[in-house]
Amino acid sequence: MSDRVTSVLAERDPAWAREFEMMMEAYEEAGGRSDVLQAGRVAKAVVSGNQVLAAQSVEGVEIETEELEDGVRALIKVAPGAKVEHPVHLCFGLMPKEGLQRIISEFDIGAGAEVGFLAHCTFPNAQDVEHVMDAQIHVGPDATMRYSEEHYHGEVGGISVVPTTHATVDEGGRLETAFSLSHGRVGWLAIHFEVDVARQGVVELVAKAYGYAEDHIEVDEVIRLNGEGARGLTKTRVAVRDQASSRIYTTAEGNAAGAVGHMDCTEVVRGGAEARNVPVVIVRHDEARVTHEAAIGSVDRKEVETLMARGLDEEEAVDIIIRGMLG
Amino acid sequence: MNDDVLLRVEGVHVRRPGADVLRGVDLSIRRSEIHALLGLNGSGKTSLALTLIGASGYIPERGRIIFDGRDITELGVTERARLGLTLGWQEPARFEGLSVADYIALGMGEPTRECVEDALRAVALSPAAYMGRTVDTALSGGERKRIELAAVYAMQAKLVILDEPDSGIDVLCLADIMNLLRRMAEEGTAILTITHRDDMAAVADRASLMCAGSIVNTGSPAEVREYFARRCRPHEDLLGSQPWGEGAGGSYQEIVREEMCSE
Repeated sequence: MSDRVTSVLAERDPAWAREFEMMMEAYEEAGGRSDVLQAGRVAKAVVSGNQVLAAQSVEGVEIETEELEDGVRALIKVAPGAKVEHPVHLCFGLMPKEGLQRIISEFDIGAGAEVGFLAHCTFPNAQDVEHVMDAQIHVGPDATMRYSEEHYHGEVGGISVVPTTHATVDEGGRLETAFSLSHGRVGWLAIHFEVDVARQGVVELVAKAYGYAEDHIEVDEVIRLNGEGARGLTKTRVAVRDQASSRIYTTAEGNAAGAVGHMDCTEVVRGGAEARNVPVVIVRHDEARVTHEAAIGSVDRKEVETLMARGLDEEEAVDIIIRGMLG
Repeated sequence: MNDDVLLRVEGVHVRRPGADVLRGVDLSIRRSEIHALLGLNGSGKTSLALTLIGASGYIPERGRIIFDGRDITELGVTERARLGLTLGWQEPARFEGLSVADYIALGMGEPTRECVEDALRAVALSPAAYMGRTVDTALSGGERKRIELAAVYAMQAKLVILDEPDSGIDVLCLADIMNLLRRMAEEGTAILTITHRDDMAAVADRASLMCAGSIVNTGSPAEVREYFARRCRPHEDLLGSQPWGEGAGGSYQEIVREEMCSE
């Protein structure tokens, strides 16, 4: 951490400073860069438990937060037409071994705006932690929102993460989300994401997770392509080993002329793990088209032997393939 | 074993479900030589390549494979690769999320950026354009093939088996591939290249012809080509003149073999 930040912290409440320091360390463990998080020109929110440790708006991005008994409510508004240069950084975490954190968030992206979000959720000490997120997303006409979320849950697996999102994408809007949980234990993960897409709107939902031991991964995504020419993609990459399990439920509805949807799921299974994929295709217009592809099972033998022919042993080869897939 | 011989295959027989894909293959590859392996589709060339690297499902029922003075018949793919025997696949696998630079570096003992870039240049690919790309489906077939060649070149193995290195490569780049083969041989790597092209075979020091799971002729590329032209009849001659299948005079491969070996 830089001297400048340290000196700023020194002027504050020591307890707050310790919490902030711990969050920054955990944030970096989760893959974030604390120096960027503390830069003045970057919009951000840092939440530990139900405490808002930092919240900063910048021109075009307004962040309002409210501390609740068991979490935080956040409203993030991006002004119409704003082209936000730096991604908005969000850091959510809980340092104690036990507890509940509930994040209720609302994202409102104004017409024609372009904005990216980098979110890191970190629970490095979790033994009996519940992290519940309830998000509402509105992407205005011709606006673009890119949201990337990385998780780090520690090595114990005593955590339950339940993010639920309802999104709407207006005409010509674009929403891209990427969820990743490939370092440390998953614990119990249940993602639910529903999105309605208007005319010429685009949505891409990417979810990647690596579960082991007794981890459980559940992804339930529904994209409704309601407007003419709307497009949607769900891309799911999951690896499970040991006694871990994954359930991937994806639904794509083609409800208008020219709507095109595709669901792409790859699940790698090792040891006694179990993976399931249930794609649901619904088409309500004769000019719409929805497709799905799924590959579930062991790592492709030819891929493994290709890497073994370079001198890697089988375990190394499989690990490289899985890490690449989840990268 | 003659010190000049790097690989000796002795009477190797491999059975796959429903077929004997190799039937007593005898073959020797000298150090630093380019050896072309010719033969019709289905004659066993790729099966031999997979058997030589120890791929799963290609374990010899009989015979031995001696590499660099050591019996490697029982060794797996990794051990053979670490001894210096590798394969450039005809249709190389794609790897989501694995960069071209990392893929090439995987087989190098001490990978450096310079060596990876050199390997890409050797197959006429710009390092600036390809180092950061991913070895996935976004690459064209020809690009992926050249990256496979770059990866095996970077390994500096003792023996590289190339399964149709020319397939999927455009005509303009064929000369680059041929130059790469010569360069590898000059640098001490022996090459067993499977090909259907005369110009690729002409680069070789020696050639062998496979038919119905056996090596039926070995000599200079010109000699083997002449043997092939004299004894091998076009598919349609055989298929048009005789019924093909069970109870109809044996399999297509057996018919071809009889034709080629009858003189």
